[in-house]
Amino acid sequence: MTTKTVQQSVEMILVRQLASYLFVPVLVFDTTGTVVFYNEPAERILGVRFEETGRIDREEADRLVELSDDPSVGLENSERPLDVALQQRRPTHVRRWLLRRADRVRLQVELTAFPIIDHEERLLGAMAMFWEHHGP
Amino acid sequence: MRVTPYGVRGSLAAPGPSTARYGGNTSCVRVTDPDGTVLILDAGTGIRSLALELPRGLSRVDVLLTHLHLDHIIGLGFFAPLYNSAMEVHIWGPASATLSLEARLRRYLAPPLFPVLLRDLPCRLELHHTGRGRFAIGPFRVRAARICHPGPTVGYRIETDRGSLAYLPDHEPALGARRFPLDAEWTSGFELAHDVDLLLHDAQYTREEYRGHAGWGHSTMHDALAFGRLAGVRHLAPFHHDPGRDDDALEKALDAAVSETKPDFQVTPAAEGRSFDLD
Repeated sequence: MTTKTVQQSVEMILVRQLASYLFVPVLVFDTTGTVVFYNEPAERILGVRFEETGRIDREEADRLVELSDDPSVGLENSERPLDVALQQRRPTHVRRWLLRRADRVRLQVELTAFPIIDHEERLLGAMAMFWEHHGP
Repeated sequence: MRVTPYGVRGSLAAPGPSTARYGGNTSCVRVTDPDGTVLILDAGTGIRSLALELPRGLSRVDVLLTHLHLDHIIGLGFFAPLYNSAMEVHIWGPASATLSLEARLRRYLAPPLFPVLLRDLPCRLELHHTGRGRFAIGPFRVRAARICHPGPTVGYRIETDRGSLAYLPDHEPALGARRFPLDAEWTSGFELAHDVDLLLHDAQYTREEYRGHAGWGHSTMHDALAFGRLAGVRHLAPFHHDPGRDDDALEKALDAAVSETKPDFQVTPAAEGRSFDLD
């Protein structure tokens, strides 16, 4: 049986190319919240390699990492940044604790998520960037 | 369908004896169905002579623009059907995020760049935005999709019951790719070109030239061949020849790329007046 290859839009292809050159960890999502690409710095955050996993659905992503509120910044919008980007088409920036489940390492991160919208205002997906917080 | 290039040169017209075999006009291709329907792909300098060869009695012509860089629209002002009140001319092309196709074309067809205003053209003119989508023109089933090139740019896939053509004259699918090609899912233009009988594709640069031109929106000959292989095309016509390359140098560079990559499909560099019959 052959499966038909569905090509990503050129906008998503260019986002992937850009992500592959960046120092910060970047995850690229489609409109369903599936991770369709993550760059090498993000492999360290997730604890897996893109070459090995390919795309990661939402449930699998939740099995890899857990995000929780950072109490040091007080009450904050507790919505999932990805949901804000995909469902409300808004950018969001939050501070979170990230637990890498494989080795139980916890990282303090700032997370920027924003929707990817084309010229014709079609939602194509979202991009999430992780900024690791070092020091006080 | 019959596919006839009237302009195959990239970026700038390059007329003269040293480019006479392939031609010096910029991008323009005529696609004709046996029922007489005519499509014109891009409106480079080749469109002037193309118009002279349109059949008498033709009442409608459709011009499909891939993008609005000057080498692809400079011939519009010299396209005779636009000045014929009996003609119905449809121009298809991409809008931008903030400007309609009409507003974008007005930037060229208006002083100081051109003396005749778009709104003053006597033909029955209809403009159609093409982003991504499918439409039909007579027997032609057309699919447009955005492809990798600076500014709003589309490629076209054109099919009839007897043949298929993909037209991606300005395309840099290897932009940013650490290795090319990636798999089909992540390759710009793949779905347009997949399994076509004929692919007209950007092959402006040699590998050495590309190093100084990454991001300018064009492909190397090697990348055009790799793209053709990934897409499973049956025939590749390298297109958008560099204006600085004469005929001998073009043949030498393409021959080298072909002998190195050994494509399993036919390769014929696009040349003015050399038709491809897809049946």
